[in-house]
Amino acid sequence: MLGITGGKVFDPINGIDGRLMDIWIKDGKVVPEEMIDKSEAQIIDASGKVVMPGGVDIHSHIAGAKVNSGRKMCPEDSLRLLRPRSQITRSGSGLTVPSTHLTGYLYSEMGYTTVMEAAAAPLVARHTHEELEDIPNIDKGVFITMGNNHFIMKCIRDGELGKAKDYVAWLVGAAKGFAIKIVNPGGVENWKYGKNVQNLDDEVIGFGVTPRQILTTLGQINKDLKLPHPLHIHGLRLGQAGNVDITIETMELMNEFNGHFCHVQFMSYGGERGSLPQSASKKIAQAINEKSGVSVDVGQIVFGPATTMTSDGPAQFSLHQRIGGKWINDDLESESGGGLAPLTFKRNNPLHGTMWLTGLEIFLLVDDPWKVFLTTDHPNAGPFLGYPQVIRLLMDRDYRTREFERLHTKAKKNALLPELKREYTLYEIAIITRGGPARRLGLKNKGHLGIGADADLTVYLPDDDKEEMFSHPAWVVKDGEIVVKDGHLVREQPGRTMYVSPNYDPQIEEDIKAHFKESYTISFENYSIRSEHMGPNEKISCD
Amino acid sequence: MGCVSCVGFNQEIAGIKDDIVLRLKEPTTIPIEAESICPDLFVKRSYREIYDLPVYYGRRKMRLGELFSIDGEKSDFITIEDDVSNVKKIGSKMTSGKIVVHGDVGRHVGASMAGGEIVIRGNAADKAGINMQGGLLWIKGNAGHQTGSALPGENKGVNHGVIIVEGNAGLELGACMRRGIIAVLGDVGDFAGARMIAGSILVFGHLAKRAGAGMKRGSIISFGSSEPLLPTYRYEAIVQPVFIGILLKYLKELGIVFESDMTGKSYERYSGDINALGKGEIFIHVKS
Repeated sequence: MLGITGGKVFDPINGIDGRLMDIWIKDGKVVPEEMIDKSEAQIIDASGKVVMPGGVDIHSHIAGAKVNSGRKMCPEDSLRLLRPRSQITRSGSGLTVPSTHLTGYLYSEMGYTTVMEAAAAPLVARHTHEELEDIPNIDKGVFITMGNNHFIMKCIRDGELGKAKDYVAWLVGAAKGFAIKIVNPGGVENWKYGKNVQNLDDEVIGFGVTPRQILTTLGQINKDLKLPHPLHIHGLRLGQAGNVDITIETMELMNEFNGHFCHVQFMSYGGERGSLPQSASKKIAQAINEKSGVSVDVGQIVFGPATTMTSDGPAQFSLHQRIGGKWINDDLESESGGGLAPLTFKRNNPLHGTMWLTGLEIFLLVDDPWKVFLTTDHPNAGPFLGYPQVIRLLMDRDYRTREFERLHTKAKKNALLPELKREYTLYEIAIITRGGPARRLGLKNKGHLGIGADADLTVYLPDDDKEEMFSHPAWVVKDGEIVVKDGHLVREQPGRTMYVSPNYDPQIEEDIKAHFKESYTISFENYSIRSEHMGPNEKISCD
Repeated sequence: MGCVSCVGFNQEIAGIKDDIVLRLKEPTTIPIEAESICPDLFVKRSYREIYDLPVYYGRRKMRLGELFSIDGEKSDFITIEDDVSNVKKIGSKMTSGKIVVHGDVGRHVGASMAGGEIVIRGNAADKAGINMQGGLLWIKGNAGHQTGSALPGENKGVNHGVIIVEGNAGLELGACMRRGIIAVLGDVGDFAGARMIAGSILVFGHLAKRAGAGMKRGSIISFGSSEPLLPTYRYEAIVQPVFIGILLKYLKELGIVFESDMTGKSYERYSGDINALGKGEIFIHVKS
């Protein structure tokens, strides 16, 4: 039993904005005061401190094949952050692609308790789950990429939408995924022929379907299956000048199905195709404000080293062509593809400055904080350790102005940022880092401190320097256990992997078996991941 | 050209004995990782504080004084009396001061050093002066592989500084070098100056195969014998570059004694690697 007393609580899901109150915890849940025997409870005096639910990261690449490829490709990253083992923790290394245990420690020390792995192809989901099992102190889930899946595209081509629905339900359950992820629908398949898709009605080679059909079909399936999280969409033409129009067109298309658009900063550029991208934050923010079914996470640039990794193979190739250096291209049989390229975001680079501006402007121009969430698309736009800095940029206009002045002159030209006077409040920060992502993920017990919620919370020491405040919370509680005390990690405990398992017609398995015989390098029997092969896990219901 | 510590240098000239002397208490085969043997950390520390500096003995974290006897305090001049060939990372990241090792030394000596001077009177193991950012690393014996190269995975290696090897050097000498000078009085292994971006490598012994593979810019100068160059190098002309004379003069001023006067000689100039940017150059001394 645990009591956090006298703290100033920010719990946006329950509408609590800085109210002084006590939080009581028993058996890993938030409970009413009367259920607590105070003589036996451990009391944390949070007087003068800020209490928030544990942080929820809606989009981060922390485990799986591509992260591991990043670790192998970037041994230099290990030298950027090294941590020897201690009495309670294992050793670890890596800043942009930290090793598994270190990932858990770092998130935990920053006050985060739930993190979603943003993409895993079903074929490599087993590896992803094995790594997730090794990440302590946070609960996790994994989004399953389906936007270039051969079986689904065949079903769409043949008009067998019921079959596609059963297959998606089987697939997300077999891969123990949490949500459906779409990455550059059709474009990754076309990349196998050295091509891409530029518009929603371009044809996917060999299937005769279009990105529009893939998006709407999966949108409808997502809705029919009642998955907790809407479609998680990485759209077309990532990183290209002028991609804002296709992003808005995709938002219009998906508004009725509900869609979450990830790392939208990379998808919000104006300018002529082939020229230096310009910020189109005003345009994209207007679209987000107008569409009730759309939410975004930003993918804010943090200057410094990054390791870009995505299933969007052609985007990674294009980046590699631009910056040179190391690059990995990947092909995942009949499911997906991918690529990696490390780079460093530099303050004095005009393009990087524009990207930094675009992200911040989106944060400040989207009116409803419940529609915009804090991410750096770790490690694509920078490591998640940059979150406190982004929070300071959002909360402190003077600091933002000083940082803006340090940008390259070309990046500063015509920038909107100096005119934006908005400063986020602590309540709004709690929305974009906790309440908002949790609600959008459909996690009823996360992101709030109401009765029955998971006892995940963070206690911060108030500080004018918000970066310092959010970098080193005083206390972090996970499942009712104190894992960080006075800014130091004091406990390592396994986190749960959340997954969904929607119902499907078992007859579909015969078709899938035939598909496996025809197209896969592994057998059907070895494909599905059973929950007993996972670490601690939790099935989230689809209703 | 890099910074040489005046403090330690002047002390040696003046014969002042206020260096800190380290001796291994017991010979051991277990690797010791001693990043803390660094003048920057010693210069303001008392004996007790130096004693408490962390080192790794295998995977066990220990105190420096538990493995080494320490004589002296508060100095930026460190002398290591023994063979420390299993002690890694000596002088790594140092920015000033001087270290003299009277024996062989382990891997990563002077790794990422940014200033000061390290003198090894014996041989150095692999990766000496890796990712060096400045200063002087003088190896009186032989050097191992990847001397003056880049950290694993990095595109850029040595960026300022001088490395002198009086013996032979192993494979991948100066790989990915960005700036600075590396002079080897003996032979060098394959792939010297591989993926070099700029800087100068002087080889007075035998230049082995595949020198300058993937080189963008920079100069490799061979004063001795040489294996045939890669086919991606193009013969240009016989030249008498002035800068080679200036480099040799600088090395002489540092204290290198050359067997013969190499200034004013003729060199075959090859440019490449045309697989990369192709602005690198290899000079082969023309024997008269």
